[in-house]
Amino acid sequence: MAVLLIPETCTGCRLCLRACPYGAIDMVEGKARFNDNCTQCGACASACAFGAIVIEAAYSRDVDTSQYRGLWVVAEHLHGTPRRGTYELLGEGRRLADALGVELAAVLLGDGVADLAQDLIAHGADTVYLVQDPALAHYRTGPCTDVLAGLINQHKPEIVLFSATPQGRDLAPRVAARLSAGLTADCTGLEVDAQERLLVQTRPAFGGNLMATIVCRHARPQMATVRPGVFRPLEPDPSRTGRVVETPVHLDERAIGLKILEVVQQETDGRVNLQDAEVIVSGGRGLGKPEAFALIRELAEVLGGAVGASRAAVDAGWIPAYHQVGQTGRTVQPKLYIACGISGAVQHLAGMSSADCIIAINKDPTAPIFSVATYGIVGDLFEVLPALTRRLRELRGA
Amino acid sequence: MKSVVCIKQVPETTEVRVDPQTNALIREGVKSIVNPVDENAIEAALQLREAHGGTVTVITMGPPQAEEALRQALAMGADEAVLLTDPASRGSDTLATSYTLAQMVRRLGEVDLVLCGKQAIDGDTGQVGPGLAERLGVPQITFAISLEVNDGRLRARRVLDDFFEVVEVKLPAVVTVVKQINEPRHPSMRNVLRAKRAEITRWTLADLEADPTQTGFDGSPTQVIRVWPPERRAGGKILDGPVEEAVEELARALKDMNLAAG
Amino acid sequence: MDFTFTEDQAAVLEAVKEFCDDDLAPRAKETDEAGVWPAENVRKLGELDLMGIPVPEEYGGLGLDFLTWTAVGEELSRACTTTGAVYGAHVLCVFPIMTFGTEEQKQRFLVPLAKGEHIGAFGLTEPGAGSDAAAVSTRAQRDGDHYVLNGTKIFISNGGQAQTYVVIASTNPERGVRGLSAFIVEKGTPGFEFGKDEKKMAFPSLPNRELVFTDCRVPKENLLGREGGGFLVAMRTLAVGRIGMAIGAVGVARAALEAAVPYSKQRKQFGQPISSFQAVQFMLCDMATEVDAARLLTWRAAWLKDQGKPFEKEAAMAKLFASETAMRVTTKAVQVFGGYGYTREFPVERYMREAKLFEIVEGTSEIQRLVIANHVIRELGG
Repeated sequence: MAVLLIPETCTGCRLCLRACPYGAIDMVEGKARFNDNCTQCGACASACAFGAIVIEAAYSRDVDTSQYRGLWVVAEHLHGTPRRGTYELLGEGRRLADALGVELAAVLLGDGVADLAQDLIAHGADTVYLVQDPALAHYRTGPCTDVLAGLINQHKPEIVLFSATPQGRDLAPRVAARLSAGLTADCTGLEVDAQERLLVQTRPAFGGNLMATIVCRHARPQMATVRPGVFRPLEPDPSRTGRVVETPVHLDERAIGLKILEVVQQETDGRVNLQDAEVIVSGGRGLGKPEAFALIRELAEVLGGAVGASRAAVDAGWIPAYHQVGQTGRTVQPKLYIACGISGAVQHLAGMSSADCIIAINKDPTAPIFSVATYGIVGDLFEVLPALTRRLRELRGA
Repeated sequence: MKSVVCIKQVPETTEVRVDPQTNALIREGVKSIVNPVDENAIEAALQLREAHGGTVTVITMGPPQAEEALRQALAMGADEAVLLTDPASRGSDTLATSYTLAQMVRRLGEVDLVLCGKQAIDGDTGQVGPGLAERLGVPQITFAISLEVNDGRLRARRVLDDFFEVVEVKLPAVVTVVKQINEPRHPSMRNVLRAKRAEITRWTLADLEADPTQTGFDGSPTQVIRVWPPERRAGGKILDGPVEEAVEELARALKDMNLAAG
Repeated sequence: MDFTFTEDQAAVLEAVKEFCDDDLAPRAKETDEAGVWPAENVRKLGELDLMGIPVPEEYGGLGLDFLTWTAVGEELSRACTTTGAVYGAHVLCVFPIMTFGTEEQKQRFLVPLAKGEHIGAFGLTEPGAGSDAAAVSTRAQRDGDHYVLNGTKIFISNGGQAQTYVVIASTNPERGVRGLSAFIVEKGTPGFEFGKDEKKMAFPSLPNRELVFTDCRVPKENLLGREGGGFLVAMRTLAVGRIGMAIGAVGVARAALEAAVPYSKQRKQFGQPISSFQAVQFMLCDMATEVDAARLLTWRAAWLKDQGKPFEKEAAMAKLFASETAMRVTTKAVQVFGGYGYTREFPVERYMREAKLFEIVEGTSEIQRLVIANHVIRELGG
């Protein structure tokens, strides 16, 4: 990509100067001009109100891929608390970087997050590219795109991975479009072809009815968002060393159009985080009424697990949407998934079929869930669940 | 307020099957529908029109039969529809698609708001909305669960993993919506008949003055090299017989699993 | 002979079917059991432009044909019998105003009815005038610029909820049927009150209410058609009403059939689905064949009306056959479901109770037989 300035159209308003994170614009004789600090990040183009700066984004097959080296992981955190997907990416990234014989770096954007950099190194990163600014304290598409695009243009990694969280799926496509790079969404499998230096990406399509393998031969970096809960993090090693490369930026809040007015935690039912849970007990349409979730909660409690739900239960208003597991809800990968009164439609399976052990309890012997269950009980969950909970309590006490 | 809704015609994925020999998708007999969450995007646009006046234009990129999807949007009440259909745009990945759609939006003139559904049920990428926003050089708001426009400013509530964000931005902007944002209306009979008779504008890539190196296969950096149906998990053991026995067997199996608690 | 719908008809039907499947059908049980006027459903019918299908566009309707109105009504009844019944009763007010109304009456009354802003009802039946329509005793006495109505109507569908009523009363008792006149009476007119709402075998959410007229002064502008022309209005309206009842009957019969077949495939006894037993197969065969025949008779009657051809006999045949079919089909459906069919958990017992209505209202099966026999003897007599 290239960022082009059209002097004839420039009115000297200085909006671009204000928007530039790298101090790369000077006013010369009343017109803007780029200096050597420019990373082609594109922030100025968004800011210019007169169309005097344009991003020439064009996918091309002529990119010299040998210029690009290194595997990057974009770290995700909420006010300094890292999200699980980040560690998983570093775990998998380590393996891929070693296969390619390159460095694994993490990109960390935020404010007052320097401590987190060390944590990322402990989890496998060789380098952390750190950018801090008050405007980056809470994720916003605009400034993060500008900063990340600038860093990528400067350092030219060959692969950049994001967690396929809402944040990752908001940021990655914007950056990819800015850089005219190829992006694959929601990967569940990654390999590298060391010969061709290709990232071989595997992902589900058609709601999980089809798997596809994708490569990006010409554009760089090769970008992917990776489904959380699929890969495993490394055991953190606090003695690991690495380098932290901090790039100073200056972001002007006035140049950032989007304001965050409020951040509100979602209503959840229960203490165990669904995304991280080892055990999930889920309720569906077969429960018949919201009160029946009490049975689900009790069993979850005995097993130390989280409560999940099918779309039918959420749509009926029996439990908050946070708990929905499935294609339009969340994907989970617990050791044990117990589906109660859930028929097992393809869309639900898409969210939980990679659980190690699936147990199904359903009145209907023809329910599709039984075809993927390790153990199934055809019966009335109002009988089975209390009996099971009771028996497990007894065995635990024993 | 002039808004544009980008929609996609997709196969009804619950019925998608893969031919075991060719590993290609079996499309015959599979119904084509408007991507479900795109209907929510259309509904959101219609509600904004009811509140603020203006027009709702629906656009899509696809083969000629994608016109059917546009007619369904018109039946919901959209004012006009445009189809981009050109064999040269076949093979477009999300980068080429967002380029093409951006060219379409530009050709429609001064647009205040572009709405999309969060993701399509075939590709499942969710990448076109943000890519489109980048190309148009406007802010993006993804995963919107509610929308409000006041005085040229858009306020939206976004739903993220375990929290909500309320954000505000000046129009124009691109917004992607989630299905929980609204309940799409059923077409009224008047609109059904109007949609049947409507003239749908058709454009080719030439009409968009599109750069051929940015569209279709040529404009797509990502390449699918293999597709295959996923391994179906094999079924396990059905514990029938009296409830007490089944529960006993299951409880013991769970105990043996050595889970962290119990 | 082309048995397919036109493109326009097909487009409308497809949209209606989606609405029925997504919205009405999943809540049909709830709508029935609530025991209250299905306001939400009725409002949606209006929003979707379904309340004025045959009304000309200049009066707020869609200007489509009666066959479309018929096929749409059938889908609505299949999905939710209560909503279908409201739809059918509504047209008994729409039709006479559309056919006999002055320009002014159409602008004033027909437009809101066609848009679904107002609901309509038709008041003919009285405690002493059921099959014997001529025995109407509600009196309408001319007094200056008004007619004064006195009397009672019973079993009036949509009664109490409707805004607009077409009421048949006697302006000249000495002339018998030739002394009957039709009036448009609006809810809220002083002297017009609602009495008892019947508790029935089925359709608890459909009002069947008593209309009580006590010195009710109706402006002379509300006379529909001419004085003494009330019997004609009634007969013409009832002919359309017959098609309306036929669609209700076909709707409930289809619902019963469409419930029974999948159940028979799923339910296993003696190691097999019961649909593999001839006894059940024969039942399903008879049900499907009769439903199809009832459907076609109904569509044909509507088609004849659209062609401007006489259709009274065919409408009577459709109503007679469809209603008796509905009774047979719903009864058989309960049988297919066996013990479960007798419980409230499954809808078929409700369908069976609902079906009985259609053998009685808008002219009992006995009356239909008289009407048909008269036609047949006249036409085919040697």
